[in-house]
Amino acid sequence: MSASEPVPTHHDPSLSGEINKLTGLNVAACYQCGKCSAGCPMAAEMPRKPHQLLRLVQLNQRQAVLSDSSLWLCLTCETCTSRCPNQVDPARLIDGLRELAFQQDPTLAPLKQRAFHQAFLHQIKSHGRVFELGLVVDYKLKSGALLDDALQAPGMLWRGKLALMPNNIEGKAEVRRIFEACEHVAGEEIPS
Amino acid sequence: MSRIGVFVCHCGENIGRTVDCADVAQSLGELPGVVHAADYKYMCSDPGQQLVKQAIADKQLDGVVVAACSPRMHEKTFRRACSNQGMNPYLCEMANIREHCSWIHEDRTKATEKAIALGRAIIEKVKRNQPLQPIRIPIERRALVIGGGIAGIQAALDIADGGGEVVLVEREPSIGGHMSQLSETFPTLDCSQCILTPRMVEAYQHPRIKLMAYSEVDAVSGYIGNFNVKIRHKARSVDDTKCNGCGECQKVCPNKKIPSEFEQGLGRRTAIYVPFPQAVPNIPVIDRQNCALFKGRAKGLKKQACGKCAEVCGRQAVNFDQQDSFTSVKVGAIVVATGYQLYSIAQKQAHELLQGYGEYGYGTIPDVIDGLQFERLASASGPTGGKILRPSDGKEPKKIVFLSCIGSRDPAKGISYCSKICCMYVAKHTMLYRHKVHDGQAFVFYMDIRAAGKGYDEFARRAIEEEGAIYLRGRVSKLERASDVVKVYGTDTLSGENIVIDADLVVLATAMRPQPGIESLAQKLSVSYDAHGFINEAHPKLRPVETNTAGIFVAGACQAPRDIPDSVSMASGAATKVLGLFSNLELEREPTVAVVDEAGCAGCFHCERVCPYGAVEHKDIRDRKGTLIRVVANVNKGVCQGCGTCQATCPSKKVELQGFTDEQIYAAISAL
Repeated sequence: MSASEPVPTHHDPSLSGEINKLTGLNVAACYQCGKCSAGCPMAAEMPRKPHQLLRLVQLNQRQAVLSDSSLWLCLTCETCTSRCPNQVDPARLIDGLRELAFQQDPTLAPLKQRAFHQAFLHQIKSHGRVFELGLVVDYKLKSGALLDDALQAPGMLWRGKLALMPNNIEGKAEVRRIFEACEHVAGEEIPS
Repeated sequence: MSRIGVFVCHCGENIGRTVDCADVAQSLGELPGVVHAADYKYMCSDPGQQLVKQAIADKQLDGVVVAACSPRMHEKTFRRACSNQGMNPYLCEMANIREHCSWIHEDRTKATEKAIALGRAIIEKVKRNQPLQPIRIPIERRALVIGGGIAGIQAALDIADGGGEVVLVEREPSIGGHMSQLSETFPTLDCSQCILTPRMVEAYQHPRIKLMAYSEVDAVSGYIGNFNVKIRHKARSVDDTKCNGCGECQKVCPNKKIPSEFEQGLGRRTAIYVPFPQAVPNIPVIDRQNCALFKGRAKGLKKQACGKCAEVCGRQAVNFDQQDSFTSVKVGAIVVATGYQLYSIAQKQAHELLQGYGEYGYGTIPDVIDGLQFERLASASGPTGGKILRPSDGKEPKKIVFLSCIGSRDPAKGISYCSKICCMYVAKHTMLYRHKVHDGQAFVFYMDIRAAGKGYDEFARRAIEEEGAIYLRGRVSKLERASDVVKVYGTDTLSGENIVIDADLVVLATAMRPQPGIESLAQKLSVSYDAHGFINEAHPKLRPVETNTAGIFVAGACQAPRDIPDSVSMASGAATKVLGLFSNLELEREPTVAVVDEAGCAGCFHCERVCPYGAVEHKDIRDRKGTLIRVVANVNKGVCQGCGTCQATCPSKKVELQGFTDEQIYAAISAL
C-alpha cells in the first residue's frame, strides 16, 4: 500500500472477530495511546511496534499483520499487558496473531525466529528444560546460521555456562504428556 | 481649611521598589490642608484599612487620599472603609502611583517626584469634593427572554418560578428550538422530545410567562431595571385567539410539497402549517411565500387564487389580511438565548471565508447530509418514521461514514474554534445507526475525540468498543459521487494508511454557528459579539452569563458552541442573576452622573445631541400659574453613564459631572 495512492480498505471482519474467538480480546478497546510500545524492550527491533500491530488488527489488515516479523520478536514479558490502561492485553494478542500466522502458513515467521522457537520447544519436550548446548546446535542446524556468535562459546564454556551433558528434570515424563495432550487437541504433532 | 489624610501604599514591592513611599508621605504631609500622612506595606489589608479608619477618628479628617493602585482595583475598598467610619465615601479618592507610576518607570528619584505630583493633584481635587449620595432607581421586575429553545425555556421557567414575570419571545412559529428536532440525546440516549415537550407546555401554561411566538425584538431602549422593548408579532394569517389547533386547514391545503424546515428539508409540509405535531403554541402559520393565495395576490390577480383553509376553518380563524403588529413591554432584565445554526457546506454564506466545501460537493451530493438531518432520520417522528433511509433512493445504508470537524477547527475556511458537541453526537449517531441497522458498519473520521463531560468519554468509548464503530484518525480529503455510492477518500494517521470507503451515506458534523441576524440583535441590545458572531460574556471565567451591558444576560449556544446540559446550566445561571437583580426593590448606582444647573441652562440641547446614551431629556419650567416659561435640559440619572461628553460640550458650562466638576479637574491639573 503506498501512501500517495488511496487503496480500498479490506473489510475482512474476521481478523478482529477471529482474535476475539481465539483469545477473548476486544481489540476495539485499544485507543492507541502507545504505552505498550513505549515500554516494550523489543520495540527498537520491531518493524511495527505493538500499538501499530494493534491498529492494523482494528483495521482488519490481515496480510500486513500476519506477515510482520515483529510478531516473532515479542518476548512475552507482558510489560505491555501489565501497563495497558484499557485492559487490552497486547501480549496475548501477539500470541494469538502468531497462532493465526502459523495456521495460515508456517513459513510466515522468519527462518531464524522459527528455528529458535522450534529448537527451544524441542529441548523442553526432550529434557523438561533447556539443554543449552543442544539448543545451540539444534538452532544452528535449523537456521543455517552456523558461525553466528561462535566466538562466545569458549568464554561461556570456561565460566561453566554451557553444560556438556543434558540434565533432565524429574517430571520429564509429565512434560512429555503435556506435549502429547496439546498435540492431541491441536490434531497435529508440535513441530520440532 | 481642609483636614485631609494621605495614605501611601508600598503594594509590597510593586510600588516600593521604584517609589520612596516614606518620602512621598512626608512631602504630601507638609502640604496645606493635610493633617495626616502615613505609608504602609499593604494599605488594602485589614491593618492598612484600620490605619485609615483610626486617622479619620483621631484627627477628624474631612477627606482621604490613598496613593496606591488603580481606583478600578481598590476604590470600593477604601470608600467602604471611610463609610464605615462615618465619612461620606465620595470624599475618599485614590492617586494611582502604581499603574501610572511605579510599574512604568525605572528611575527611583524621578518616579518618587511623579508620585508626589500625582498625590498633590488628587489632594487638591479632594479639597473640592462634595459629599454625594448613591442614586436609587426602581426596577421593573419583568424579564425578556429572547429565544425559545431549551436555554430560553429554562431561563424563563427559572425566572418565573422565582417570582419574576417573563416575556418569552421566539422567532419561529413554535418554541422548542433545535432540541425538539433531536432524536435521542447523549450520553444517556433518552428521547429528546420526551424530556423537552413537558418543559415547553410548562412554559406556555405558566401564569407568569407570556409567550410570544412568531415574534421578534424590534427595538430596545433604556437601561438596567428599566428597558423598553418593542416586539414585532409577525403576521401568522391565523387569529390565535380563535384557532383551536384542529389541523383541518392543513389537510385541505393544496400545496403539500414545501420542504419542511423542521425536517431539515427531508420531509414536506403544507403552506399553512405547524412545524411539528407537538408545537407550542399549536397554532398554524401561513407561509406567504408558498401560499397560492398570496402568490396570486403578488401577481396582481383580482380573483382569490385559493382560500381552502379559510373555507374549512369552523372558527373563522384564518385571516389573510392580518398585518404585523407591535407590543411594547417594560422589562428590568434581558436574557439572550438565540441559539445556533449549523454551518451549511453549500456555498451560501455572505462571508469572505465561509464559502462552503467544494471537496465535499457543496451540498450537491444527495447522500451527503448533516448531523441535524441524521437526527431527523433517526427520530421516530421523523420523515422516515425512524428508519435510516438515504435521501437519494430510500435504501437502507449498509456502510455509513461520519466526518467530524467539518467547518470547525479550520481557520483557512473561517472557523477556528471547536464546535464542542460534534464528537459526542457523532458517537451517538453511530450507536443509533447500529441499533437500527444491525448488519451495517459505521466509520468515523475524526481529529481528536473531545469527550470532556460526565459520562461522555465512557459513552464515546462504548460506541467504539461495544457498538462496533470504526474510528479512523484523519480528515477526509474529498467526497465523490460514484454510481450509487459516495467515495470517501481519507487517511488513518494511526496506521499511516490511506483509506477509501464506498459509503452508502455520509454524515457531516458541520460547525455550530450563531443564528443569522445575531449581529443586528446584538446591536439593538448594545452587547458585544466576537468575530464569529457569538455574544461576548463580560468575563470568560468569572462573569460567564453576563454581557458587557448591565442587565443583559446570555445563555446557551448564542455565546459559544454548547450542548444541552451546558445550555441549561447557563440558563439557570442567567436566571439566578436576573432574580438576584429583581430581589432588590431599587437599584443603587454610583452618583457620578451629569447634573444640569437649570437656572443657567439656555436650552440649546447641544448636550442632547452628543449624549451617546440618550440620557438628556427636555424639562418644562413653569411658573406658579402653570405657564410654560422655558425648556431646559435634564439628565436621566438612570441612563447617564457619567462619560462627561455633555460637560465638555455645554457652551455655558451649566452641566457638570458630579465628582468631576470643572473646578475639581482644574484644581488637580494646576497642582501637578
